[in-house]
Amino acid sequence: MSINPTMTRRTMIRTMVGTSGGMLLGFHVPGVGAAVVAPKPWTTPTDGDEINAWLSIDTDGTVTIRVPHSEQGQGALTSVAMMVAEELDVLWENVQAVFADINRHVNYGEEYIATGTSGSAVVRRRHPHIMQAGASARERLKAAAASVWKVKPQDVIAKQGELRSGSHHGTYAQFAELAAQTSLDKEPAIKSPDQWWLLGTPVPRVDVPVKVNGSAQYAIDTRLPGMVYAAVKCCPVPWGKLKSFDPDAIRGRAGIVDIVELKAVPGKSTDADLQNGVAVVADTWYRAKTALDLMPVEWEFGTDGEVSNESQASLANSLFDEPGEISHESGQDPRPIIDKADKVLNAEFYRPYETHARMEPINATVSVTDERVDVWAPAQDQSLPLKLVADQLQRDPKDIYVNTPFIGGAFGGGGGGGRTAVVRQAAELSNRLKKPVKVIWSREEDIMQDKQRAPVHSRLSASLGDNGLPDAFYSRAVWFPSGGVKRNGPATADYSISTMPYHIPNRRHERHNVNGHIPTTTHRAPGANQNGFMIEQFVDEMALAGDWDPLEWRLEMTKGQEPWQRVLLKLKEVAGFTTDLPKGEGMGLAVIEDHGSISAACATVTVSRRGQLNIEKVIIVVNSGYVINPLNASEQLEGAVCWELSHALYAGLDLDNGHFKNNNFDTYNLMRMNQMPPVETHFALSQDGWWGGMGEPGGPPSPPAVANAIYFATGKRVRFTPINKHDLSWS
Amino acid sequence: MTIKLKINGNEHQVDIEPETPLLWVLRDSVGLTGTKFGCGIAECGACTVHVDGRSVKSCSTPVSSAVGKEITTIEGLSDDNTHPVQQAWIENGVPQCGYCQSGQIMAATALLSRSSNPTNSEIDAAMSGNLCRCGTYLKIRKAIKRAADLMQETKA
Repeated sequence: MSINPTMTRRTMIRTMVGTSGGMLLGFHVPGVGAAVVAPKPWTTPTDGDEINAWLSIDTDGTVTIRVPHSEQGQGALTSVAMMVAEELDVLWENVQAVFADINRHVNYGEEYIATGTSGSAVVRRRHPHIMQAGASARERLKAAAASVWKVKPQDVIAKQGELRSGSHHGTYAQFAELAAQTSLDKEPAIKSPDQWWLLGTPVPRVDVPVKVNGSAQYAIDTRLPGMVYAAVKCCPVPWGKLKSFDPDAIRGRAGIVDIVELKAVPGKSTDADLQNGVAVVADTWYRAKTALDLMPVEWEFGTDGEVSNESQASLANSLFDEPGEISHESGQDPRPIIDKADKVLNAEFYRPYETHARMEPINATVSVTDERVDVWAPAQDQSLPLKLVADQLQRDPKDIYVNTPFIGGAFGGGGGGGRTAVVRQAAELSNRLKKPVKVIWSREEDIMQDKQRAPVHSRLSASLGDNGLPDAFYSRAVWFPSGGVKRNGPATADYSISTMPYHIPNRRHERHNVNGHIPTTTHRAPGANQNGFMIEQFVDEMALAGDWDPLEWRLEMTKGQEPWQRVLLKLKEVAGFTTDLPKGEGMGLAVIEDHGSISAACATVTVSRRGQLNIEKVIIVVNSGYVINPLNASEQLEGAVCWELSHALYAGLDLDNGHFKNNNFDTYNLMRMNQMPPVETHFALSQDGWWGGMGEPGGPPSPPAVANAIYFATGKRVRFTPINKHDLSWS
Repeated sequence: MTIKLKINGNEHQVDIEPETPLLWVLRDSVGLTGTKFGCGIAECGACTVHVDGRSVKSCSTPVSSAVGKEITTIEGLSDDNTHPVQQAWIENGVPQCGYCQSGQIMAATALLSRSSNPTNSEIDAAMSGNLCRCGTYLKIRKAIKRAADLMQETKA
């Protein structure tokens, strides 16, 4: 493949016609006028007239929309193209989505404003400037036509790729060149939702066709002339030392190119820095990996090698009695109120380390030459690998080209090449060998060396007043992040607890941030994903202790908060929630805010007398303010339910001797086809000016809803995960 | 040693150790990257291909065992996304990140070749070796049933 493939819709069609074998691309979705996407990444603009950085218009009317965000399964390619097309007002089937040139963005004025694809933000946060780009292009087309037709721009109508004014008529393509040279006195305002024609309708994702025939290119699929492959092994206990290794034991094996020690840089231990380790480079990855596994390697773990889930639990237990940093307080100090109260509830919860385990293992390919450096990495922000490589090689960022690939899952943490050292490893090796190098982490390496979701232990206490509702609430969380709160998401330690919506008059929430040696970062729906499990079970406990129905309690305690009421009332309408079921059956509820969206779940479970859990159904109701693509939105919700239930039911990392023991899919268990419950999704949208996210919020309420349902079925509370470690039998 | 393989109807010759997993021969030697690496221990199914029509986990299948047999990868399913399973996947918009979908599609295709109208439990049994981190299982189930219908229509 060429390093700088340039493709227009026309050349793409030619490529399809001209290629034999299985690499063809079919983009005619039956019955749908679909936009298209090509399977390979771009680094340079397509031809056609560039109206602005976001779009160009080809002479045949094809509109190429350049997407500066990563496509990691959440639908950014489709969403961004839809937002631009909405404003531009162009036939959807004439739209082609491509990845934007990140080198241009980073080095020449950051025209795309933001390239990150995280925080469920692409639509929620970025729609104003993305839609602005489309609106601006439309107005410039109108102004261009107006100048030729000698009419006022406001008398020109731009619709579905055509321009009209009185008897004048033309296409966007005809006026694209002139529009590219036209500037506006004043930028137009973006449309209000009542003016949408495309947004809000169910649009199939543009990247589906290339993902059913193997042609979608992921970073791990990069193939370059002269490329060699590296397998790496870093100290299983992060920041441990490489004591010795014996390269001579494997040097003579077939295909071995080089055996290289990787060294952590003293003082650099915060973010995507090199760990101590060793790399084997060979002419195929399998040869490199096999040789690496055969090479004798000894590590020095240091005192971190004594840390385990148990040692952290014991530290957490002692810190529960020490005052922590205050994350929220309101009303009076709740502690004296709780001390004097008759009805008091206490509970402790624990969520362990979890890993991202994206299906595409962490990898990167870097090609270093004197002239330029090319990079392929699965990163949630494509500007990050560019900056990492520039730093690692001390090269001018202008000479570094990031080729945006499809990403085989991201789920927080920067994707598999944004905030990990893999890009530095590939850059180091390519620079040393002066050859393109593809580094792939084995699944074991991926799980052990990824940045993890930090574990949290929490103690919650509340007292109930005469009306059966809580009058005081106190919590203390102990968690083990590296790099502090900033690197781990918003107040992850007790998010959802300290930010809960319920009107409890006297509250205080504290946290202990214990710096752990395991690198940690964000994990889809940071904070809400683990703490929702705690607060929403505790809410049920408070409700039941006060003789309240769990749904009525939540409605009462969120009175006056329209977004929450809307979700809960919708849930009441669709879920048929009841606590009146025979033993062995249960329904459970939860409602949580995440990334600005309010999302509720109702789970129905059965538990056999012997303790076999079956989730019959999960209903999700979300209020994200607006939804631009209900099809993609419900897919995200369904997927997020699976994601979060995977961790709550089956996963959890076992930390022992400072490193993770369950580091492949035989022991780090995730939800499979036979375990996936039916999911029903509903929207209850406020549509009053605020926007919530969609990629993450579906996950957090599912585990507590299941846990609450388990309680109703069995009388047992599950206070830690994975739930499959609990004995759920009953008689 | 030199090994001859028949992949998607084409003959290939590679010089590789016979114990090398088929996956790495497909990806690194032959250049068919649609088949994915996920775990290396036959636990995730991202590497699923067909050998003589049966689904195998190519990450744990020595290339030597596929000699003289018909190997089919995702690239060999059709030239133009017209295989009923691909059609059903497109109609249902199954993929999210898409990384596991080559394996899912190959496992589903093998299932449909031995059971033209699979029940839910047959689908569970055939597909539970294929992990999807995006959680597209419900859509996969729907798409398999749709593909079964499409295949019936073609026969009728």
